[in-house]
Amino acid sequence: MHRVSLSAPDDFDGWRAAARRLAVAGVDPADVVWQVGDAPGDLFGHDPLPPEPERAAFSVPRAFVDLAQTAILHRDPERFALLYALLHRLRDRPGLMEDRADPLLRRIDALGKAVRRDIHKMRAFVRFREVAEGDDTRFVAWFEPEHHIVRDNAGFFVRRFASMRWSILTPDLSIHWDGATLNEGPGAQRSDAPDGDPVEALWKGYYAAIFNPARLKTGAMLSEMPKKYWRNLPEAALIPDLIAGAQAREAAMIATTSVAPRRPDDIATAWAALREGAMGCTRCPLHGPATQTIFGEGPLDAPILFIGEQPGDQEDLAGRPFVGPAGQLFDTALVQAGVDRSRAYVTNAVKHFKFERQGKRRLHQSPDAGEIEACRWWLSQEIALVRPRLIVALGASAARAMLGKAVTIGATRGMPIPLADGAEGWVTVHPSYLLRLPDAARRAEEHARFVAELRMVGERLTALA
Amino acid sequence: MAQLSTRQKLEILADAAKYDASCASSGTAKRDSRGGKGIGSTEGMGICHAYAPDGRCISLLKILLTNSCIFDCHYCINRRSSDVRRARFTAQEVVDLTLNFYRRNYIEGLFLSSGIIRSSDYTMEQMVEVARSLRQDHDFRGYIHLKTIPDADPELLRLAGLHADRLSINVELPTESGLKRLAPEKDGGRIEGAMRHLRAEMEDGQDARRKYRSAPRFAPAGQSTQMIVGADAADDRAIIARASSLYDRHRLRRVYYSAFSPIPSPSAVLPLKRPPLMREHRLYQSDWMMRFYGYEAGEIAAATDQATGCLPLDIDPKLAWALNHRAIFPVDVNRAPREALLRVPGLGVKAVDRILMSRRQGRLRLEDVARLTTSIRKLRPFLIAADWRPLAMTDRADLRARLAPPAKQLDLFA
Repeated sequence: MHRVSLSAPDDFDGWRAAARRLAVAGVDPADVVWQVGDAPGDLFGHDPLPPEPERAAFSVPRAFVDLAQTAILHRDPERFALLYALLHRLRDRPGLMEDRADPLLRRIDALGKAVRRDIHKMRAFVRFREVAEGDDTRFVAWFEPEHHIVRDNAGFFVRRFASMRWSILTPDLSIHWDGATLNEGPGAQRSDAPDGDPVEALWKGYYAAIFNPARLKTGAMLSEMPKKYWRNLPEAALIPDLIAGAQAREAAMIATTSVAPRRPDDIATAWAALREGAMGCTRCPLHGPATQTIFGEGPLDAPILFIGEQPGDQEDLAGRPFVGPAGQLFDTALVQAGVDRSRAYVTNAVKHFKFERQGKRRLHQSPDAGEIEACRWWLSQEIALVRPRLIVALGASAARAMLGKAVTIGATRGMPIPLADGAEGWVTVHPSYLLRLPDAARRAEEHARFVAELRMVGERLTALA
Repeated sequence: MAQLSTRQKLEILADAAKYDASCASSGTAKRDSRGGKGIGSTEGMGICHAYAPDGRCISLLKILLTNSCIFDCHYCINRRSSDVRRARFTAQEVVDLTLNFYRRNYIEGLFLSSGIIRSSDYTMEQMVEVARSLRQDHDFRGYIHLKTIPDADPELLRLAGLHADRLSINVELPTESGLKRLAPEKDGGRIEGAMRHLRAEMEDGQDARRKYRSAPRFAPAGQSTQMIVGADAADDRAIIARASSLYDRHRLRRVYYSAFSPIPSPSAVLPLKRPPLMREHRLYQSDWMMRFYGYEAGEIAAATDQATGCLPLDIDPKLAWALNHRAIFPVDVNRAPREALLRVPGLGVKAVDRILMSRRQGRLRLEDVARLTTSIRKLRPFLIAADWRPLAMTDRADLRARLAPPAKQLDLFA
């Protein structure tokens, strides 16, 4: 049994010197005990280290030295033994360092990774506080690293803050820089470090202001800045309040937008710009064969908004919605129901005409779910601008656009459906459905039902006004 | 107007800067402060000194010199017609703040942007002065990112590039029509013209350094840009195509995406609701696929939904692409070339490199692959290993459903 005493928890050189002698002599990893400093009680007697070899008997790949230098800084007490076990195996298998699936290599890799992360986090999360020192000042930080990284990491702070005087205090070791040399001191306590700095108030102000409450992603924050670091970060004290306030702030932002008096000419400009944007829309393939985009129309403060399915042959040529046969039937029905057409905004779920050519005729085809979904962006913008109290979907395509999912007319018609934006939705049939019914009696019956439903909508509008 | 304190100004001008997504401080020339009279170092990889609850890293002091602006871009909180509180820093105040933060190890450096006051040249001059003072008066060797104003004098852009590590110009919106509608005073042609100019300056600088080692560096961390997602009607396909053409034409280091987010007192032209944050995430994933995984923009377009032109939100674009190209799978983990392994959903660049290294040591079994990657669940249908061959897995009609996370109810008009 061999016992090796290393001078410090990060004593790589000591480990390397001993490990080389043991490995050359072929000592089995199970026969070596590694420790830092002198062991308190020596339970077993031990053999002296094998003699220094005449010359290096075998060389190890660079990758091993790099990994060992990092992994040895880990707090895991087994790290020295694990590294020696890997070295021992490397003697017979020089390619082992490339076998990233090897369980031992993987375990040591994980140690190295944890150390590298700790080194990186120290560079990120050390927070200096300025204190007077004679005529000059010194910057002092308190930090609690997870592994034995402080000595290894000192160079970074020297390179970065070469012209400053600074100290980093940690529980196991302190380092001090005076502008020219680096000195080490014993471990310290939190109370040895200054407890504040006037610039911290500015930094906290910056931290709170740069945070965007409209996009809360606490998981992403926690994975990179786990809570264990929070107690030494002055800005972390703000986090709970920022999170709690975030949703409220975003809601308030949207609410002020909705209650603030919206200038009518602003809305008119916005609508005109939106319409112009829609004219060049290529969100779905329908823009190819169709003549033009048929945007909605009507008063921009209309209390009621009707959604049709899509423009037909005549609308496609005229450039306006609801002017074909179905539109005329719709106008008649509105008069019969007593709804004021001049106070309504009318638009379509899909804003390009979809058709199949048959000889000279262009036969209407229903839009599919993808086309409705693509066009829904425009519809939602129109609704956001007009902000009607009631939205009436004519037919299944319109209902899909309004609700974002497929519904059956029979199950949803004739009753109010609350919508996410606060408006009330209604579903009824599309007027072209009435035009297509072959049986006159059935047609009259359905027409009456359509008018009755429009009348309910009209009455609801009066009730809400 | 009452005098504002430094803290009040900082809060106003940081608040105004937060809609810029970039906070990168990587990839610049390596330098440190030894032998100088100032402070600062850059060592390749940038450092995130803090994270805000929005999940974004705080690496730089990201502020505006002023949030007053003569432009009226609808998506911008600082536009002329917005009733937001205005503030302005002097160049000296920004310099002091940067140094004070840097000394305390809060930041890697400065990202300075500005609203346009008086003229483009005047504004650019002020920003260049901040960078000059930091570099020359204080020998500051940390990171500086300057937002450049496309219309500014080329000489000012040259000076900016001599002091700064990175320059950026935002294209703002993916489509020309979107820019016309939402940022009427900006001109897509001029923006790209300025990018072209910066690229030429950077290449001249690199040429000069090849001949003379002492030639000054010009913006060693390159140039980047930002696009706002969801404020106009552009779909993902259009956005990816635009990003890819920007990468090709101007050698950009990065294209940042910023999901349009509701701003206080917005213009009525804007949508009220934000697009799902996931959309921005999927676009970044597609960006990664182009930059690190060897996909062409056209190939990623093939992963978008046929009708909407957008990337699926429930699964990542690499998986979406694989599900649309099942014929090339499964891939043999012990024989396939690097390019083919990179296309396997769930295999990242590091994992692929580890596989390539390890398979020289012996044939890999599924269990070995599991040790080389974070999760094997997604991989299994797409891989062949020494002891594993997926039986007709890639032909299953329900493969997408088996790999996608369980669906969640979406908002109406979200």
